[in-house]
Amino acid sequence: MTSRLSPARIVGGIVFLACVGALLLPWEIQLQKQGREAGFRTVALNLSLREQLGQSGFLAALSGFRAPVAAFLWIQSHIAWEHTEWGKMAALFDTVTTLQPHTLLYWDIAAWHMAWNASIAAEQDLNQQSELLRQRASDQYIELGRDILERGIRNNPKDYYLYERLGILLRERSKDHSGAADALTKAASFPEVPTYIKRAAVYELAKVPGREREAYQRLKALYEEGNTQRAPTLTARLHELEEKLQIPENERVTPRTKKAY
Amino acid sequence: MSSSFFAPARVMAIGRNTFTELVRQKVFYFLLLFSLIMIGSSSFLAKISFAGEFQMLKDVALGAMSVFLCLLAILATAMLLPRDLEDRTIFTILSKPVPRFEYLLGKLLGVVFMLTLSTLLMGGLFLAVLLMREQVVLMETQRSLASSPQELAAAIAEVKRSAFTWDLIPGMAILLVKSVLLASLTLLISTIATSGIFAILVSASAYFIGHLQVTAREYWLDGIGVHWWTRLFTAVVALIFPDLQAFNLTDDIVAGVHLPMGIFWQTVALGGVYVAVYYAVACFLFQNREL
Repeated sequence: MTSRLSPARIVGGIVFLACVGALLLPWEIQLQKQGREAGFRTVALNLSLREQLGQSGFLAALSGFRAPVAAFLWIQSHIAWEHTEWGKMAALFDTVTTLQPHTLLYWDIAAWHMAWNASIAAEQDLNQQSELLRQRASDQYIELGRDILERGIRNNPKDYYLYERLGILLRERSKDHSGAADALTKAASFPEVPTYIKRAAVYELAKVPGREREAYQRLKALYEEGNTQRAPTLTARLHELEEKLQIPENERVTPRTKKAY
Repeated sequence: MSSSFFAPARVMAIGRNTFTELVRQKVFYFLLLFSLIMIGSSSFLAKISFAGEFQMLKDVALGAMSVFLCLLAILATAMLLPRDLEDRTIFTILSKPVPRFEYLLGKLLGVVFMLTLSTLLMGGLFLAVLLMREQVVLMETQRSLASSPQELAAAIAEVKRSAFTWDLIPGMAILLVKSVLLASLTLLISTIATSGIFAILVSASAYFIGHLQVTAREYWLDGIGVHWWTRLFTAVVALIFPDLQAFNLTDDIVAGVHLPMGIFWQTVALGGVYVAVYYAVACFLFQNREL
């Protein structure tokens, strides 16, 4: 079989492709910019990620298989969880969230594993004799969980969900009621959030020394919104604050004599 | 048959014939079967993970679709011209009043038919698995939270939000556009290739370079303090190869990013321009090639 082709034609073809490429360049740049504004193509595949993923993983991520690589690593993190390899899990979570920064679930579950599972495992680690060191390790995992959620929020600032998760983490694990109140208040400021988030934010605020008056005003405002917000806990908190702040009888929502909350 | 300059009937005849040839090949069945198994089993893979089964299901299924469509596009197209040359069917066709550009267009059309069929099969199975899984999760949710109507409504809304979204449809269409682009690029390479293997290797390399094109482009346009020959090299890469990252929208769609229709249609149009350009260059190179 003979198949000859003039080199001049090949060069001509390449030159034509380069000319078309030059014409398409502004369009491609504009499309990339529009895509980034809409939340596409925001992941930076850099050397740090190359070290985390290894050569083949990085190549796969570069070749348009970022989501499947993240899914595969997520399954690996599940296996690491079964073996309680907390350090390995933390490293895998870091890579997964770098590959898929807009998947809220990855940030949420990663933070939950670190701040709850890993932290409690460190607290109950029988291999560590020193209680002080156990507590220190536990606190570090809680901080790691918090850091994961904060990075998640930076990557997804337009969604309430991770603010809510941060509020819960600060409330349950760090006992930082002020921080929890701020995070939950931020979550509650988004449109169409579940109604319980507004209440949860004020419940936390009520626990912050010196901010009881502010909490009372907000609880009262929620109470006045109607039945959707009048949960038993809300009424109980209102009563507690009215007692604590010695609200005059005529301004109270709950009567002074009411005992059973 | 018409002997005019361009006859759509001739192109369609070649396209139909190419499509029939392609779907009769074992490699087509092997790849399609493997991809269908992968998409079908994505539901089980999703259960391995401790949370977000819909996320995993979509990641794995769309990833499988992307891999197999790209493989099909390159493997099927790379073998078209070498096989016709080897079987000497090309001489039979071109000895009739069939211009070479019609022959190439028919070949490309056959591959496009095959890729469209594959996308429909894989996409249909993926959506069926996703919807079935959604129904199962909805039933489980209704059973577990039946005591609280407000929480139940919120949970059902959350399940529906994380399962099927309409953005998945344009996402799969973009996967098809990307595979057609790869097919046209492979067709162009096969017009200068001396064997199918050579065309496959060069096309696979072009695929990887295409994904790195944006890096080369940024280095060329923003690279400060680099040698002029480095900039020249990155400029050549940026101008000759397509920006294939522009067609990787499904990674973010499965993460919940909404795809604006403006970006979708622009991406489709960009793919269409690339296909037309590669087809035109393929015709230019193939026109005077000695067979």
